[in-house]
Amino acid sequence: MQNDKDAKKEAPKTPEVVKPSPPPVFPGLDPAAARQAKEFKHTTALLACRYEPAGKFLFTSGQDNTLQRWEIETAKKTDMAGHSSWVRAMVFAPKEKLLFSGGYDGQIISWNYESAEPIPLRQVLAHQGWIRALSVDPAGQKLVSCGNDGRIAIWSIPELKPVHSWQAHENHVYQVGFHPSGKEIVSVDLKGMVRIWDLTGKKIREIEAKALHKYDSGFGADIGGARSMAFSTDGTVLALAGITNVTNAFAGVGNPIILLVDWATGKITKELTSKEKFQGTMWGVAWHPAGFVAGTAGGNGGMLWFWKPDQANEFAAIKLADNARDISIAPNGKAIAIPSYGGFARIFDITPNLNPPKETPPKVPPAKK
Amino acid sequence: MNCNYACKTVDHGVSRRAFLGGIGGLGLGALANPLAAKGLTVQQKRVLVVFLAGGVSQLETWDPKPGVVTGGPFRAIPTSVPGIHISELLPYTASWMHKLALVRGINTKENDHGKGSYIMHTGRRQEPANEYPHLGSVCSKLLTEDKNPLPGYLNITPNGAGAQNSKDAAYLGPRFGSVSISDGKAPANLEKPGAINSEAEMQRHLLRQNANERFYARRKSAMTEAYTQTYDQARMLMEKRGLFDITSESGKLADRYGKHDFGRHCLLSRRLLEGGATFVKVSHTNYDTHHENFDFHIEQLGEFDRTFATLLEDLDVRGLLDSTLVVVMSEFGRTPTINRNYGRDHWGTAWSVAMGGCGIQKGAVVGKTNATGTAVVDREVNGGHLFHTYLKALGFDSKKNFYVDQRPLPMADPKASPIEEILL
Repeated sequence: MQNDKDAKKEAPKTPEVVKPSPPPVFPGLDPAAARQAKEFKHTTALLACRYEPAGKFLFTSGQDNTLQRWEIETAKKTDMAGHSSWVRAMVFAPKEKLLFSGGYDGQIISWNYESAEPIPLRQVLAHQGWIRALSVDPAGQKLVSCGNDGRIAIWSIPELKPVHSWQAHENHVYQVGFHPSGKEIVSVDLKGMVRIWDLTGKKIREIEAKALHKYDSGFGADIGGARSMAFSTDGTVLALAGITNVTNAFAGVGNPIILLVDWATGKITKELTSKEKFQGTMWGVAWHPAGFVAGTAGGNGGMLWFWKPDQANEFAAIKLADNARDISIAPNGKAIAIPSYGGFARIFDITPNLNPPKETPPKVPPAKK
Repeated sequence: MNCNYACKTVDHGVSRRAFLGGIGGLGLGALANPLAAKGLTVQQKRVLVVFLAGGVSQLETWDPKPGVVTGGPFRAIPTSVPGIHISELLPYTASWMHKLALVRGINTKENDHGKGSYIMHTGRRQEPANEYPHLGSVCSKLLTEDKNPLPGYLNITPNGAGAQNSKDAAYLGPRFGSVSISDGKAPANLEKPGAINSEAEMQRHLLRQNANERFYARRKSAMTEAYTQTYDQARMLMEKRGLFDITSESGKLADRYGKHDFGRHCLLSRRLLEGGATFVKVSHTNYDTHHENFDFHIEQLGEFDRTFATLLEDLDVRGLLDSTLVVVMSEFGRTPTINRNYGRDHWGTAWSVAMGGCGIQKGAVVGKTNATGTAVVDREVNGGHLFHTYLKALGFDSKKNFYVDQRPLPMADPKASPIEEILL
């Protein structure tokens, strides 16, 4: 009598057929068909962009230290001067109709973003050194900032009065954000150290995102950190974007990556990378409400990728005209904005393309005489 | 050009003192008297070169251009000299600007690491048929006493093997080449083996000396002379091995220098200079920031700034600064244009060097770049001018010649001249 084990041994082998996974379906959307719908040009390279909550304006920041407000429909540009250095952090308090910008000058400025001529309303020196990230809590009552001074600070909205601050990291803090629950704050530093805090600054736990950091002994310098960060809509997964596999920090030889962190367990569950190796840094990551992840990179050119969170490789890849430096999803979910090194803010339509370009028949060479 | 001593004259054995004082007669002694007048009557002079390897950005250090398209994210801050602003990345150094001077109009026309480094070390462009001595070798030749137990040109490197690099000395001869102090560690084998007492060691030395003298009677070359001199110097260096032990410094001072490699190496530099070293070069790596120039300059200059300011203060407090020429240099600067990866690339067209101490005007600035830093618009100088300036700051007439095989070889590029505006 054969036991089960022997039966398994003798079972005829059937060739394994690997079926290509069908393209994901997102009702009313087709990220793979992403195509440029609009393009706004600034006078200098751009650094960051954010849609305002109503979707009427796109805000960008440039290497000339200014912010720009673009009316999407008309392309009308309004320059906003106030910072004395670059700005990569912008976030909105919709109830108060305020935009907060955080600059490499260490300042947070609040702006009346819907005004005909937005002006700085309040201005605070929040950190010694660069501010790289800001976040507003879901209730719209608190703003959190992080700085190169290793500190995290909470500010009241709209007054921008200090509520609480603490020394959070030994290294420059690259990202900070409220969890969608509003009860916790997450921060990430240069060395990929992820720390979770309660609102009083008490550390709850920490996670090492080692893939996001390297000490390059040849150059004697650290490279890494999360260059962008986003929670899934339900707050169960945190996405951290950066550079990995670095072999030459000073030439940027490495690959873009997004790490997915399970919020409940603190485990890194997925590393999202591109099928075709690309040299550069993932400068932007965003969760689409429909459930996919979008990431933009700059390095040897620019790329936009879309992933399903359960698959390591992208389901769609779009080559960009030049290096991407951030990403923002339109409030209606139908478009994506990407600022670039070339000074362009480009808006990509990700709805199904009802008028795809006609395929041109291959040219037939003329018959030889 | 190598130093072969092909003519076999005794002139090649001439010492620094003979060189300066004219005792040696012909050859190198031809340069002697004018230099001796100035060189011997002053206290010992020293040189410290801080080499920011890879090419530090002039826009993030000595010549900031905030608010323009090429300026980058950093602001300019005032210094201890009214009217002089430098990058906000150098707050500690800014408080010592009254002891420093800036040359902001350098155009070396060279964007290659090796060639740029050669220009900054020798004051000349590389030529296929000629080799020129490094500043360290020239200073070793001109300033180092024969009985100085320390090699004349000490090169503290972040890593690599400790070694003697005779090529650096070119025609001056291998004894003036650099000696690498790898990672600030003392040269190997400075401790006398326990089984050999002083008497036995002396007997061994005398035996070796006798053998050398017999050998010299028949053939002598720059190489054999350097070999013997190195042996003698190693014996003297054994007595000075404590200089390499920075743990004997106070913990508080060591903390101020910084516990990182550059901090340790700068503290060692000060000990060596105070202990009689003529020329010390200490390197800080690395600034070759084609990618993320700004993040990396925060990181690297964060180490450099406080350490360098501490080193200046330490030299000053000990009364050494006014007799020590301090130079902060790179092989070139970095492009005003910010590339697509937030980097800056190689740029020899319009960049800066800082110097101070011996012979240098305090708080002076010479040279100017345009508003975006893309070109020199006033008092353009090159590596040759800088080399002349260093020598003149040390009290030498840089227009003079060295003589090898009775052939005159200009100490510095004859097409250039000292930057007089920055000299005392």
